[in-house]
Amino acid sequence: MWARTEEILPYALLLPSLVFLALLILIPMVQALLLAIQADSGEFTTAYLQRMAVDVNFNDAWRNTLLLIVLIVPLQIVLALAMALLVNSRFKGHQWFLYVYAIPLAISDLAAGILWLAVFTERGYLNTAAQGLGIVDQAKVYLSFENFGGLVAAIVIAESWRATAIVMVILVAGLQLIPRDFFEAADLFGANRLRRTLYVVLPLLRPSLQSALIIRTIFAFQTFAVVLALAGRNMPVIAAEAYSWYANNRDAHLAASYALLLLGLTIVFTFVYLRVLGLREAEVKR
Amino acid sequence: MAGIRMQGIVKTFGKTTAIKEISLEVKDGEFLVLLGPSGCGKTTLLRCIAGLETVDAGRIFIGDRDVTDLPPRHRNIAMVFQSYAVFPHMTVRSNIGFGLRMKRVPKPQLERRVQEGAALLALEPFLDRYPAQLSGGQRQRVAVARALVMDAPVLLMDEPLSNLDALLRLQARADLKRLHREVKRTTVYVTHDQVEAMSMGDRIAVMREGVIEQCEPPMQLYTNPASQFVGGFIGSPPMNFLRGRTKAGAFEGEGFSLPMDGSRVEDGRELLLGIRAEQIRFGERGVPARVQVVEPLGATALVTVLVGKVPVKVDAPVNTTVRPDQNVSLAFEPADIRWMDATTGAALAH
Ligand SMILES: Nc1ncnc2c1ncn2[C@@H]1O[C@H](COP(=O)(O)OP(=O)(O)OP(=O)(O)O)[C@@H](O)[C@H]1O
Ligand SMILES: [Mg+2]
Repeated sequence: MWARTEEILPYALLLPSLVFLALLILIPMVQALLLAIQADSGEFTTAYLQRMAVDVNFNDAWRNTLLLIVLIVPLQIVLALAMALLVNSRFKGHQWFLYVYAIPLAISDLAAGILWLAVFTERGYLNTAAQGLGIVDQAKVYLSFENFGGLVAAIVIAESWRATAIVMVILVAGLQLIPRDFFEAADLFGANRLRRTLYVVLPLLRPSLQSALIIRTIFAFQTFAVVLALAGRNMPVIAAEAYSWYANNRDAHLAASYALLLLGLTIVFTFVYLRVLGLREAEVKR
Repeated sequence: MAGIRMQGIVKTFGKTTAIKEISLEVKDGEFLVLLGPSGCGKTTLLRCIAGLETVDAGRIFIGDRDVTDLPPRHRNIAMVFQSYAVFPHMTVRSNIGFGLRMKRVPKPQLERRVQEGAALLALEPFLDRYPAQLSGGQRQRVAVARALVMDAPVLLMDEPLSNLDALLRLQARADLKRLHREVKRTTVYVTHDQVEAMSMGDRIAVMREGVIEQCEPPMQLYTNPASQFVGGFIGSPPMNFLRGRTKAGAFEGEGFSLPMDGSRVEDGRELLLGIRAEQIRFGERGVPARVQVVEPLGATALVTVLVGKVPVKVDAPVNTTVRPDQNVSLAFEPADIRWMDATTGAALAH
């Protein structure tokens, strides 16, 4: 009798959250994905995916999305790692630094996009400052259809500003889990700061780097509000296409197809991270 | 080669003073043991030598070099950490070779030295394993091997044998001693095990609450402790102490009086009589006592007697005839007595 209760108890305790997850996330998600491969009549079809593949914005969308990922994620990881190492060196006031640096986390992505729009737009802060300082005499247009590089740069800057902090927080937490002995031993056995970081800190930080990369990449795939605010429809990305097909063109099937594409790409990246950065079984204490 | 010289080292952590001003010289090639109870500052002193702590005052020299302001990697030392600090993401082979790799030792030479180090500590079967796949004792050996292969002139070891079982510990103790005889590197060895200290050290520095009470070769420390603390800390069983007062050329304790060549000690002074267990015999005359327990230990028997209310340990032959509750007399040679001041605990000159 007792044994049975103990066996069932964990599941019973998990049940409420399972129900919650199923109702609010799992079922809507499955329904949304079914929209991509199921016609209104109930038949399974690849017609929507084929239509997506020939959509005018399709090629731009996936290329831009990957481009942003390739630019944003490494930049953020490097920036965040540098900041985290700095914080971890416990300089005076490092706690304040951490808090101040984390403030952008509290700002919604659309607000962040608009904030940076105010900087980069033709009459924005950047131009005003540059003119005021006499660096340029005429306001420059950074954000336009013709200036693709400007658009990308603005988005990369805004995204980095907004979301590097989350990566840093994860890495700082990871660094603090590493016993100080390891840094000391590395120093004592002749490693300077750079080699200490390369040979000891980074390898020991792999679990946190992995989480940070996965979280950051998933969010970068979903970049949407910042892009919309800064580039409007001049720079199609997958997430924005999904939104646009649903909200503007009222085509749930195509929107779902784009969402499915996003899911597929996310899974591929996550899998790669897990394989490349995962701890070898031999390194883990069983 | 290089000795270590410390001059007036002080180290505080906030309000606690871990090192209260220590001056100590370790000769080139010497094996010095830092011995003391937990929390007395052994690890802290070792970390100051290594450069892992910055000292608040004082200078540290290694050889002729003032290393006080140098970072650890420029001090040319190797160390075994109390917590091992063996890198979990490297195999045993990479761990042992880590310091050599950082020094850019050429590959063939590096591999040879790693092999030698592994052989010395019987780690060859584990070279390709990760630390998580080793036992605590094996991991500790990796830490020792990593330090030994460095060929650094100064070797610091923080309780490197604390996690081995009794048998392995005995073996490792002998191995380390043999190793030291072969390579003769200046070694500072931390332990709180006085048997280990006695058996390994050329000299033992006994620490207490951030100061060094006495630093001498083991037998000198044993026979002539500089204070009650040292006498009580070194030796098993520790030295016995009887409290009393000088009076007209005699030492008067609770229920006994001993003639004392009192020419040097003024009357009415409170003293402690220190005597080792093996120097006490059961005789006809002497200090009256009552037997409490008799513990046969194999080669000898340890007898606990009460002098007044003070327990005194006596090393007796294993075939001793004394029995619990028997009244006995304790006899000993005046030359074996160590007199200490009862208030300060410091030994009187003799
Ligand atoms: N980082 C630190 N911050 C504050 N106090 C410390 C620190 N390190 C050591 N201490 C204090 O300094 C004193 C000496 O510590 P230390 O580690 O040197 O002792 P130890 O002799 O090595 O003891 P054990 O035999 O238990 O290892 C202790 O009172 C300890 O609490
Ligand atoms: Mg210690």
